[in-house]
Amino acid sequence: MENLSGGDALIRALKDVGVKHIWGYPGGAALHIYDAIYRQEDVVHLLVRHEQAAVHAADGFSRATGEVGTALVTSGPGATNAITGIATAYMDSIPLVVISGQVPSSKIGQDAFQETDMVGVSRPIVKHSFLVTKAEDIPATIAKAYYIASTGRPGPVVVDIPKDVTEPNRKVPYSFPNEVKMRSYQPSDRGHRGQIKRAIKALVSAKRPVIYSGGGVIIDNASELLISVARKLNFPVTNTLMGLGAFPGTDRQFVGMLGMHGTFEANTAMHHADVIFAVGARFDDRVTNELEKFCPFATIIHIDIDPTTVSKNIVADIPIVGTCKSVLAEVLSLLEQSNDEVDQDALSQWWQQIDEWRAKHGIYTASRYEDSYDDTIKPQDVIKTLYNVTKGDAIVTSDVGQHQMFAAQYYLFDRPRQWINSGGLGTMGFGLPAAMGAKLAFPDTDVACVTGEGSIQMCIQELSACSQHNLPVKIINLNNAALGMVRQWQDMQYNSRYSQSVYEESLPDFVALAEAYGHVGIRVTKYEELEEKMRECFAMKDRVVFMDICIDRSEHVYPMHMPGGSMRDLWLSKTERT
Amino acid sequence: MKRIISVLLENEFGSLSRVVGLFSQRGYNIDTLTVAPTDDETLSRMTLTTQGDDQMAEQIVKQLHKLIDTIKVVDLTEGPHIERELMLVKIKASDNESRTELKSCVEIFRGHIIDVTTHTYTIQLTGDSDKLDAFIEAVNTMGIMEVVRSGVTGIARGDKFIRAQ
Repeated sequence: MENLSGGDALIRALKDVGVKHIWGYPGGAALHIYDAIYRQEDVVHLLVRHEQAAVHAADGFSRATGEVGTALVTSGPGATNAITGIATAYMDSIPLVVISGQVPSSKIGQDAFQETDMVGVSRPIVKHSFLVTKAEDIPATIAKAYYIASTGRPGPVVVDIPKDVTEPNRKVPYSFPNEVKMRSYQPSDRGHRGQIKRAIKALVSAKRPVIYSGGGVIIDNASELLISVARKLNFPVTNTLMGLGAFPGTDRQFVGMLGMHGTFEANTAMHHADVIFAVGARFDDRVTNELEKFCPFATIIHIDIDPTTVSKNIVADIPIVGTCKSVLAEVLSLLEQSNDEVDQDALSQWWQQIDEWRAKHGIYTASRYEDSYDDTIKPQDVIKTLYNVTKGDAIVTSDVGQHQMFAAQYYLFDRPRQWINSGGLGTMGFGLPAAMGAKLAFPDTDVACVTGEGSIQMCIQELSACSQHNLPVKIINLNNAALGMVRQWQDMQYNSRYSQSVYEESLPDFVALAEAYGHVGIRVTKYEELEEKMRECFAMKDRVVFMDICIDRSEHVYPMHMPGGSMRDLWLSKTERT
Repeated sequence: MKRIISVLLENEFGSLSRVVGLFSQRGYNIDTLTVAPTDDETLSRMTLTTQGDDQMAEQIVKQLHKLIDTIKVVDLTEGPHIERELMLVKIKASDNESRTELKSCVEIFRGHIIDVTTHTYTIQLTGDSDKLDAFIEAVNTMGIMEVVRSGVTGIARGDKFIRAQ
């Protein structure tokens, strides 16, 4: 057996668990680890400019690939800077391992320089955490951390390592465990057979069904099964913000996103549904609107890997705890064996009704915004142009706000892992580092970060990391010189009192800023130039391009749920409502 | 209603704080909490009491189970069970009259006087929480100086038991 120092053992264990890339930032308590990184070439470290970005980049990499993302930070401020990234991953169930240096064991609790109780600080936002107390434990702890992060309902795991544990002069025997077994952690897989049979019965007797699928389908790589089940049943499908791409956005059976800024047809169909087949979704408040008024006629079938999610907000009539993949596979095989036929007459009436709703108020058929008569650029048109120029094939990351909703509504995602956004926590600053992670994973695919001038400034320093690691992402900045979503709410609920949501004359010259980082900057102010300039942008395959697009400052996102209403209670434009 | 929840968990770094943190994070109250290693020192057994309706109790049990260190979670109040709590009371006992009355009270409640000074008795009492409450009420006028309660521990009645594997 080979003898290794704690630092070398850590990097070897990362290699043995399959890690190829670490995003991180060095500092005192992590220096033994960084020295171990220097001594080898198997695991590549990517230096960021802020620890939050390290975690977001690892997160973006994970969302794009399905693999566990890895970040490495130092103690104290390094660890606390990582917190927002960890919370973001936790809310969206993204598998990450975040390794933090800690002050030496003998100094823990003494308010040492750069000491923070990382296990304590991160506790509410991790799936699990470890404090490693001796070098001998490193391989087994790393194996457990990756196992926990990636199985069951995935999530971030923190591994906090005091500096003395990675000490180079103390060498201990290294052996990496072949398998991980934990008596306290055995995630369930297959759903209850009897419940699945009940679900089949409800599905085939449905007259107004809706399939409501969420991020769980993407995380579990169950998209193909979802499509097969939906095809077999010919039911309408709606995706949550986190689920976009799990069912093809351009498919006839797709009725659009649901929820606060979902389509009229998706939300109205949900409200009138008699059977809701929820797969890997969690009845989040941004989906349901007022819980008491939620889908009054529906029998709810709820598939989720996490028992705590089932019947947390909405009581499920038929709860099924299991992975989306295993349950959908069983649903499909039972449907194929079943002699029961779906009521085709009722279903065709239902489709007729949905098509009427679509034609009347659908965002793709009835425009939610007025065409501008001057040259003003509408944000929705930017997304449509982005879709056309990238042929619907780009990986799109986003920040948080109006631009995120426009991207979700108007870029039709046809495959899973193509749409990467912070849905649960709503973290501004996520988009650019997440795009870096996605670009690292898919260097030959266009990666566009749709952002706003507010969000981009929360992690704009990573333009420098893009140069260092050659990550030619494209930044599509919808610049309305204001915090658009905040201003929309201020318009709608605060009588247009724009408290702290405008930048006045303080915004930087983004083109010059991009150029200062060695990138290309393009400013677009007129609609007629938009497509041509965007083509120029995506033609520069090996350059980071920052497109600063000056858009209509008054635009709102519609449809929008009315507060306290049911799912069908929507504002359709500034003047129209259901 | 009052719930008594038993948790068997790995006796690991931070496992207690994860349980306690879960309660504040999810907005549940903990009324009492006891925790100690079991016959197997790698395991801790925890008993906690809380208030909540069926749906809340179900969520609490599920959330506790979701913690990685947790091996088993049982809501003891769902079936027949035994509940016990230990209480120590220091009380004024400086004259014959109060000493006699206290002694008879302790006898009625099947407690023990475990320490005596010229001015005080220290009384030990075990039982379910209602019994301990009743004792406090009975001696309340006699000058209680200090009350220490262990919090509830509990175990299922009959053949059922909670063990790892």
